[in-house]
Amino acid sequence: METRLPPFEPVTPTDQRINYLNARYGLKSWLLTKDHKRIALLYLGSVTLFFILGGMYALAIRLELLTPRGDLVESNTYNKLFTQHGILMVFFFLIPAIPAVLGNFLVPIMIGAKDLAFPKINLLSWYIYMVGGIFTLTALLSGGVDTGWTFYAPYSSTYSNSYVLLAGIGVFINGFSSILTGLNFIVTIHTMRAPGMTWFRLPLFIWSHYATSLIMVLGTPVIAITILLLALERIAHIGIFDPKLGGDPVLFQHLFWFYSHPAVYIMILPSMGVVSELIANFSRKNIFGYSFVAFSSIAIAVFGFLVWGHHMFVSSQSMYAGLVFSFLSFAVAIPSAVKVFNWTATLYQGSISYDTPMLYGLGFIGLFLIGGMTGLFLAAMGLDIHVHDTYFVVAHFHYVMVGGTLMGYLGGLHYWWPKITGRMYPEGWARFAALVVFVGFNLTFFPQFLLGYMGMPRRYHAYSEEFQVLNVMSSAGASILGLGMLIPMIYFVWSMRYGRRASANPWVLPGLEWRTASPPPTENFEVTPVVTWEAYEFAPMEEMQVIGKFEPGDRAAQPAHGENI
Amino acid sequence: MQSWIPFIPESASTTSGQVDALYFYLVGVTAFFTVLISGVLIFFVIRYRRRLAFEIPRPVAGSIKLESLWTVIPFLIAMSMFVWGATVYFTQYSIPKDALEVYVVGKQWMWKVQHTTGQREINELHVPVGRKIKLVMTTEDVIHSFFIPAFRIKSDVVPGRYTYIWFEATKAGRYHLFCAEYCGTNHSGMTGSVVVMEPNEYDDWLSGNANQESPVAAGQRLFTQTLGCASCHKEDGSGGRGPSLLGLMGSEVHLEGGRTLTADESYVRESILNPRAQIVVGFQPIMPTFQGQVSEEQLLQLISYIKSLSPGQSSGIETTAPARSNNPQVGPATPEGQGAGSLEEQRMNPVGATPPRSSSSSSNSSSTGPSGAAPRAASPAPARTNNGNRPR
Amino acid sequence: MATSHLEAGGHHEQHHHPALAHHFDNMEQQREAGALGMWLFLVQEIMFFGGLFMAYLLYRWSYPSAFAVASNHLNWKLGALNTVVLIVSSLTMALAVYFAQTGNRRLQVMYLLATMALGTTFLVVKGVEYYDKYRDHLIPAAGLFKWENVEALPHGVTPENLQMFYWIYFAMTGLHALHMVIGLGILAYLVFNAWRGRYSPEYHAPVELSGLYWHFVDIVWIFLFPLLYLLGRHLSEGH
Repeated sequence: METRLPPFEPVTPTDQRINYLNARYGLKSWLLTKDHKRIALLYLGSVTLFFILGGMYALAIRLELLTPRGDLVESNTYNKLFTQHGILMVFFFLIPAIPAVLGNFLVPIMIGAKDLAFPKINLLSWYIYMVGGIFTLTALLSGGVDTGWTFYAPYSSTYSNSYVLLAGIGVFINGFSSILTGLNFIVTIHTMRAPGMTWFRLPLFIWSHYATSLIMVLGTPVIAITILLLALERIAHIGIFDPKLGGDPVLFQHLFWFYSHPAVYIMILPSMGVVSELIANFSRKNIFGYSFVAFSSIAIAVFGFLVWGHHMFVSSQSMYAGLVFSFLSFAVAIPSAVKVFNWTATLYQGSISYDTPMLYGLGFIGLFLIGGMTGLFLAAMGLDIHVHDTYFVVAHFHYVMVGGTLMGYLGGLHYWWPKITGRMYPEGWARFAALVVFVGFNLTFFPQFLLGYMGMPRRYHAYSEEFQVLNVMSSAGASILGLGMLIPMIYFVWSMRYGRRASANPWVLPGLEWRTASPPPTENFEVTPVVTWEAYEFAPMEEMQVIGKFEPGDRAAQPAHGENI
Repeated sequence: MQSWIPFIPESASTTSGQVDALYFYLVGVTAFFTVLISGVLIFFVIRYRRRLAFEIPRPVAGSIKLESLWTVIPFLIAMSMFVWGATVYFTQYSIPKDALEVYVVGKQWMWKVQHTTGQREINELHVPVGRKIKLVMTTEDVIHSFFIPAFRIKSDVVPGRYTYIWFEATKAGRYHLFCAEYCGTNHSGMTGSVVVMEPNEYDDWLSGNANQESPVAAGQRLFTQTLGCASCHKEDGSGGRGPSLLGLMGSEVHLEGGRTLTADESYVRESILNPRAQIVVGFQPIMPTFQGQVSEEQLLQLISYIKSLSPGQSSGIETTAPARSNNPQVGPATPEGQGAGSLEEQRMNPVGATPPRSSSSSSNSSSTGPSGAAPRAASPAPARTNNGNRPR
Repeated sequence: MATSHLEAGGHHEQHHHPALAHHFDNMEQQREAGALGMWLFLVQEIMFFGGLFMAYLLYRWSYPSAFAVASNHLNWKLGALNTVVLIVSSLTMALAVYFAQTGNRRLQVMYLLATMALGTTFLVVKGVEYYDKYRDHLIPAAGLFKWENVEALPHGVTPENLQMFYWIYFAMTGLHALHMVIGLGILAYLVFNAWRGRYSPEYHAPVELSGLYWHFVDIVWIFLFPLLYLLGRHLSEGH
């Protein structure tokens, strides 16, 4: 361990006064910008807005569930609360959060490009997102939706008296923003990598975004057409999902989950990409089994399309279909397990720092472990019969989405904050907040596993008395979690003005994004960088004593480094 | 049996123990890996913490051996869960032949239950200990889900089709009944109780509520009087304008267009609501639709009556429902419950009057119509098999 | 791919084509990005139509004879005419792309206009068909749909199931027609720019990519025509 860290030469002069933030001023320069970094900030603002709204709904839900009688709000109001919490969080926060904010900002920089391939389409996708958001918000303000975020027919198509159409149109429109973002990423990663940036030198953040984009492009159109059919059915009542007219209500579930299960991977894959970055960089190690981690992302994206039926084990689908879906669902767990093992192995003999991003990274592994393993409970058909549509499911997907996606998002936001704003966040507060979030999260959602196995169904406004103790624990946890979310919001805003100025490379890391100024200039690099190093290469391999022997798959791009020195 | 563990619901059916065992296995595996990985994680984080600001650790190459190890082992564990889970699932969803049938209709926001012996209940279900109970379920409006945590069973209740679950309670008591699929405003109020009783108490309960018409009798009344089905579908099996329904349930039906299917609840339901969709070979499409004229409950009564015309098919009914089925004058049910053998014989009688239908191969039974159309040979088109889960 | 980047890195300041966007290194890269982007967009379109095809498959499988009856009620001659129109329009579009590549402004504009004319013809014929359906009360919406002479329907066919066919018919052809309208808009834009001589053998990516889109829309029709108009025609002839 005597080797000293090299300075990681910047590829471009870093003490520039002009960067993407101050290159132009005025509202117009933001609203008409084609710079991927500014668009990322537009997304950051709007995504945060939707997150705060969704979070307020969550707190109202938890407050309501303090008592078993349901005496805070009426059942109709409660149904709207959880529906709107779900719609906002899933479609307007979790799906766009990491790709549209961090991905938008970093994908071009990390591969050494000046921008995404289609900057205008990138801006368009933000506008589409906002229009979809406005439709949905209008639905919420004019009276709300009460179908649950899953919009199951025939309740949504015939029976609900709420603003299903408006909210559905919002989700429909929003889908196209997702499609365009994914399309932009794939094209950019394919065609715009800097010289020397081969596929196997790409940071894993890029690989995971590539996999995510595949799902976005292939899956989102299906939900779009599904919602369109739902709207058609609601307007014209032609019996698409109505058995009285020969339709099939379960068809809706098939189409819905064909997208919405892969959508779960849209949410978690980018987060896994962030965590791969955090684990490798904050332990100053190359990632253990790079190609396994990279290809596991692709495997998840592909297999993710084949498992939608595991949401329907009790929906009267055929037992043999259930068998196939159960098998495939177990299969899709393997690539996730491979990732967890590789992250853990990466820490071995590393130089591990306890900076805030790393705390979130480690927290992610722990929570995702529980979230992922409880997914197996739901894939095991005999057990799913019991826990399906109970709080067990609620706890499971919150462990994956909040414990996974949100942890990754917060970790990534802290990690790249100096790059994005040119300022450091306050480390002490940030570590404290990370701890609060971790504790609050577990207190909120762990009791829900127990509630679920006890048999408390989800979406219940009033519940049986024996469930109260666990519900009170969960609500207490939610208040802690809410506080933990509030702290970063405050210090992030604070740091934009008062934070310590960040150098180009505050963490002393080899990635391309750290070899340009903080914040970067408009075109990211003054000259197109030429990449001569591997991903996570802290010192040239020749100078290092390498543990073990590199396998061909790991360093495919650089045979000279394949030797054991 | 797990009442000593606070976070396990009461276990009160023959399959609930199996589900719990599977659950404990998964909890065990999860706990093992969580402890293992977080243990290793914490150990590494402490052991390899950064000591010098500018140190670089030695890179570690990957290892195919390790990668294979932690791909294969989790895969094997996952497969064990898959097989176990599937086994339990098949026990839960494979309906035993000798189960006692109970009809359940979901409606925003209540559960309507009717027993074959005529008792009707709302948001309550009384069953005896130690009897296999089969629930035949549907809904009048949106999708609901019938969930009894203590029995570890659940099934969605889907409009336009029948779904089935079964259970055998092992312990007397009062258990939760929940609607688990979100169904609108009062979803959380769509709850009730399952009351499991000792057999003798159950018999008392039955006799205490015996003055209600059994579904077979009600179905028969609908069939012969209210809806007038019997004017075409002759009860004695003699030629009518519609195919005879004697021995229909479970037999093969040849349809116009060359399709063949096995008559089950969904087929009968579809034929009542949408008669033109499935025309039996040799008959004219003259039956009017009863869509909107019969409720889901009445449909179930009709089905249960038609089932009673097919001995050996209608499970459960023979064993508890008293003799009535082929005698139009028989009144409401009386809970005899035993004497299944003699009942069986009684029922065989009227069927025996039409020997070709019950004794010859059933595939012929419905293809010879009164119009004298030649029976179509086994259809070249593959039969649309109906596994009972996906009707139509 | 990577090698072309390496070469490009050095010769950055060489002549810039006016159509080269600032964030691309060279025309080759820009063209590649555009083509890949368009292909991905088309894959997305396939998935979009895919949901409808799924619904079509499910209900066709459930109600084969109803679908046959309803399908027979469509005017297959008009459908066939439209198929021919679209195939010819694909040819003219391909020729327009060819003349854009070779830099023949006059022929390029001419063939683009021909493509537009054919596309418009298609929409007019489609409109006639839609009008016929409107006249025959076959618009699938609650209260509007009325099948005359229900008694004459063959066994196993109900008006509800016929309506099922018609909403699928309208959803699929309507979505397709929407794509045609968008395609015509793109063509109009191309004609305008081609007339001003913006496309050259070095820069004609917009024409090429629009051509891909146009062919895709044609191919969708090539699937729709047999599925909606032809399949099941022989089935009903038995009756």
